[in-house]
Amino acid sequence: MSRPRPEPVQVIKQRRDAALAGLVQSIPYAQFLGVHFDRRGNELTATMSYKDELIGNPLIPALHGGATAAFLEMTAQIGLSWANLWGNMETGVLSLDDLEAGHLPRLPKTIDFTVDYLRSGLPRDAYARARVNRSGRRYASVHVEAWQDKREKLFAQATGHFLMPDPQG
Amino acid sequence: MTEEQTKTAQSFIDALPHAKSLGMQLTHLDNGVAQLEMAYDERFIGDPDTQVISGGAISALMDTCCGAAVMSHPKVPSTTATIDLRIDYMRSAKPGQRIVSRAEVYHITRTVAFVRAKSYDDDRENAVATATAAFTVEGTT
Repeated sequence: MSRPRPEPVQVIKQRRDAALAGLVQSIPYAQFLGVHFDRRGNELTATMSYKDELIGNPLIPALHGGATAAFLEMTAQIGLSWANLWGNMETGVLSLDDLEAGHLPRLPKTIDFTVDYLRSGLPRDAYARARVNRSGRRYASVHVEAWQDKREKLFAQATGHFLMPDPQG
Repeated sequence: MTEEQTKTAQSFIDALPHAKSLGMQLTHLDNGVAQLEMAYDERFIGDPDTQVISGGAISALMDTCCGAAVMSHPKVPSTTATIDLRIDYMRSAKPGQRIVSRAEVYHITRTVAFVRAKSYDDDRENAVATATAAFTVEGTT
């Protein structure tokens, strides 16, 4: 007996992207901010597309610190949720069929979140990536970095702690 | 606040596009203390299962509230920017209820303002979130 042939690469890619899109689209505030995610394997990059409503101080003009904080928190939360989901997809605990049917796992809850504002956000698209430094059964620690034109020139970074959803709940 | 003061304070908020798009209302502003409110809105939901408002929306409210408190301080000559903001989420806000945030500048130097804030829903005994922040003080020579 040989194991079943894996799905063609295009199919698996498409299904994983659909699972990610389902996760992001289920969160109204992500839509409100205009945040979307690109995926390369299990790595995500978040983009907050520029729009005038994201401006805080119109004189400079600069992105609102609150919009930046929300963008980083969303990136951390979805990054963490995705990392968990990915693990469960790989081990077969979660099937793509379930995810496509909208059976998404509960989102982790933020315990605390600390934003470090390094320079003012320019009126253009912003990008962010989250790194899960520790993800235990109950608690997780996540770091996020955000940049605009230059990857190595961060305009904000943040660290947050999250409460993982109860797998039984 | 008098009606006149309320108007002036609100025009300050309306000048910030992001605060305006979140529908924030300034209900107190004086001498390093600010109170800012935000109505519940389904567009701000962060957890579709519980309909609880996103932590990000509360962060935006608290950042704006802290910034307004700094701007209202007599020792701040011109403008300010957030250096660092930490938020602790103590409990989920009740869906449907408005969030009220109150911030206070508790220490200020020539260059930095230190601010604390708390946010509540209808239950005024138990805060939804607290924040501690540092802001720049710009324009002093």
